[in-house]
Amino acid sequence: MFREITIGQYYPAESRLHRLDPRVKLFGTLIYLISIFIANDIWGFLFLTVMLGVVIGLSKVPFSYMVKGLKGIVTLLIIAGVFNLFMTPGQTLAQLGPLTISDVGLKNAVLMTARMIFLIIGTSIMTLTTTPNQLTDGLEISLAPLTLINVPVHEIALMMSIALRFIPILVEETDKIMKAQMARGADFESGGIVKKAKAMVPLLVPLFVSAFRRASDLALAMEARCYHGGEGRTKMKPLRYEEYDKRAYVWIVLYLLVLIVIRVVF
Amino acid sequence: MNIIEAKQLVHEFFRRDEEGNIEGIQVALNKVDLKVEAGQFISILGHNGSGKSTLAKHINALLTPSDGTLYVDGKDTADSNNELAIRQSAGMVFQNPDNQIIASIVEEDVGFGPENMGVPTDEIWERVERSLKSVGMWKYHAHSPNKLSGGQKQRVAIAGVMAMEPKCIILDEPTAMLDPDGRKEVIKVAHELNRKKGMTVILITHYMEEVVGSDYVYVMDKGKVVMEGEPRDIFSRVDELKSHRMDVPQITLLAHELKKSGLDIPDGILTREELINVLNLG
Ligand SMILES: Nc1ncnc2c1ncn2[C@@H]1O[C@H](COP(=O)(O)OP(=O)(O)O)[C@@H](O)[C@H]1O
Ligand SMILES: [Mg+2]
Repeated sequence: MFREITIGQYYPAESRLHRLDPRVKLFGTLIYLISIFIANDIWGFLFLTVMLGVVIGLSKVPFSYMVKGLKGIVTLLIIAGVFNLFMTPGQTLAQLGPLTISDVGLKNAVLMTARMIFLIIGTSIMTLTTTPNQLTDGLEISLAPLTLINVPVHEIALMMSIALRFIPILVEETDKIMKAQMARGADFESGGIVKKAKAMVPLLVPLFVSAFRRASDLALAMEARCYHGGEGRTKMKPLRYEEYDKRAYVWIVLYLLVLIVIRVVF
Repeated sequence: MNIIEAKQLVHEFFRRDEEGNIEGIQVALNKVDLKVEAGQFISILGHNGSGKSTLAKHINALLTPSDGTLYVDGKDTADSNNELAIRQSAGMVFQNPDNQIIASIVEEDVGFGPENMGVPTDEIWERVERSLKSVGMWKYHAHSPNKLSGGQKQRVAIAGVMAMEPKCIILDEPTAMLDPDGRKEVIKVAHELNRKKGMTVILITHYMEEVVGSDYVYVMDKGKVVMEGEPRDIFSRVDELKSHRMDVPQITLLAHELKKSGLDIPDGILTREELINVLNLG
């Protein structure tokens, strides 16, 4: 079940989206996130869907790969949807015993579910087409002004890229520990939430122990390779804007404008 | 000049209780003398806990001597100003392949060391290509390390060290977590680097088979260097090796027993082929 997590994974391919400067992609993702909340009717979401489709096409990442990221949060989506559906006051549309569905509730539930799905797919496009190093390089430069107020931007960026590198390793490890414990009779599947949560404890302990071990090994390996903070470091892949990066900025801004127009007009 | 020279090197670990009071002292290195000449292939053998990793960390200035001295490429490891220079001259490959690869793309990982050293971008690329080629991993340069086998990951780790252009490379049980094929692969690459590039190699292992082909062997036990010599000399001292808890290869044991019961065969047989040859002649 943990193997399905694809958040933050890079999908190697040669596409225009892969080639794009990470700063453009970060900016694009930010605008996209804002746009998800600007769109609030069928027309807005239609436009979003079309644009998302175009970007997915450009990315050359199989669609099934992006949907995988959704599997992990299906339960969350359903719970949130149900709460919205039944708990929002408004004009009653239907009555199911003590539960009522209101018009506002229905709209909220649909909107929220749609937004979550768009959010997950959209952000996964960015991580799928950007190597963690590029991503963190992009972040490091974009957030550089924060160093003025003593935010350790380089360190945060490095932590992120290492976390992304270790997600698949820890996921695999979780899987292994689970199987080892299942083979000895542990039961992760049955029972209520409390029972399931309790079954997780013996899983987390070895996982944490191993994660700390890895962290200390990694710190040593980094030191051995002369890591001494961001000072005096050069870049193997320095970020440089190309012509198409600039064009992409224009497209992103255009996209936002169209969406705003749709919202105002309809 | 010796590239590595340890004189009466001592390292003590302090065991502390929960309040931080010293409970006991673990002497991990006990008056170790070691000399490595440039271009040599040296092996350090020893059972678990004999102090091999502690010694390796000293050579990389990750630990500093409690007593005695250690010079790496003419620089004193006790002087913290030398730290970065020492780590550039003596690169280190660790046991666990997963826990030493920092980046999510092979080439970016190999570039990590040169980036830290402040090497200009163009030269980083040259170094990355050269070092990946030298371990036969260039065709994987754009791959994710997660998809590689253990032996391939270790080769990438070796390339990561090579890209820093050190004078000496220390491999701390690089094969301990690998399958037999991966083990052969890594040892072969280490020998090639030594032969073709003149790289000084220090191979730490507890597999006696891997020591074959070294110029000189040190055997450690309980923090001390207990035996040293050329491989054939070391392998002939079977009883002594066993007393230091080494797993002597079965072929060597067999040859040793045969010799003890009166057969006329030389000391220090390492491989099956060798034994077969000797027996046919005899
Ligand atoms: N960080 C540490 N703190 C305390 N004791 C340690 C530490 N690291 C190693 N030791 C002890 O030092 C001795 C030598 O360890 P090590 O150099 O790792 O041996 P080897 O690599 O030969 O297996 C062992 O007894 C070990 O328990
Ligand atoms: Mg060790």
